[in-house]
Amino acid sequence: MKLKHLEGLLGDLQQFSNPKVELEQYPTGPHIASRMIYTAENSFDDISGKVVADFGCGCGTLGVASSLLGAEHVVGIDIDPQSLEIASQNAEDLEVGINFIWSDIKNLKLRGPLVDTVVMNPPFGTRKKGSDMEFLCMALKVASRAVYSLHKTTTREHIKRTALRDYGAKSAEVLCELRFDVPQLYKFHKKKEVDVAVDLWRFVP
Amino acid sequence: MRLLTHNMLSSNIRGVVNGFPLGIEAEKVVEREVELSAEFLRGVFPKIEWGALVAGARALGHPDLLPGEADASMLASDDFLRRFHRALLQLHVEEGALVCPETGRRFPINKGIPNMLLHEDEV
Repeated sequence: MKLKHLEGLLGDLQQFSNPKVELEQYPTGPHIASRMIYTAENSFDDISGKVVADFGCGCGTLGVASSLLGAEHVVGIDIDPQSLEIASQNAEDLEVGINFIWSDIKNLKLRGPLVDTVVMNPPFGTRKKGSDMEFLCMALKVASRAVYSLHKTTTREHIKRTALRDYGAKSAEVLCELRFDVPQLYKFHKKKEVDVAVDLWRFVP
Repeated sequence: MRLLTHNMLSSNIRGVVNGFPLGIEAEKVVEREVELSAEFLRGVFPKIEWGALVAGARALGHPDLLPGEADASMLASDDFLRRFHRALLQLHVEEGALVCPETGRRFPINKGIPNMLLHEDEV
């Protein structure tokens, strides 16, 4: 599948109808999501024929993208039931089979070796400090091949140091810097749309 | 929920030591055909807890689908691959529950989604 085609399909997905600020729910836009999963597949062979887990899947964009690019089995995990409902509908609309689990990432016990790749757009940890790192820590415990994740560019050094030193990652590499359009979803957003610089990371556990 | 997902999950309640495998109470099971990939099945076989998969297939109403024991040599058989594929990827629990083997706590499954959220005193 071509990148443009993937981006087009993801563009039709339903997004959060009532985003929850405490969970830092921001949709992963089709531009970023398609590039993330396309790169994982075409540069690193981490998607097709693999078992992929989407941590904090929200409306399921990254999981759906993984399925479309040939993942054998995709598990989407989220704490928010409304998101899971939308994600299920999205998967059904695009006729991809995804398994969803309703759970808090930090309390979930997943048997490690079965999951090849974790893909995620974690909460940035702006509202609740450290939640991005909780996700990363769990992802590196569960994945056996690679973890793909998005983090604010301003936290780059901290992410790298923590992943390598504390979470036992063998490598932590920024694949590219992207602009994340955060639309004015919440009342505390003063500007109509804010551009946040984010890094697309690839970690090897 | 596929049995492959069941094979990854264990009871996440604080203090539980032997939380795997979770029991399955299946009220509604559906089967969805997907293409068989021998390459995937051969790669995933060593990572599967076979006993949990057999117990899962039994709980889903297929007691004779899988042999009680399996080793890698069986992957040469097309019949075995078809059975393994069906159990792992085609059978889905739509409604029912997962049950913690140690405490008996039930995690309900609705519309194929297990609810693994914990109560405050279980975290």
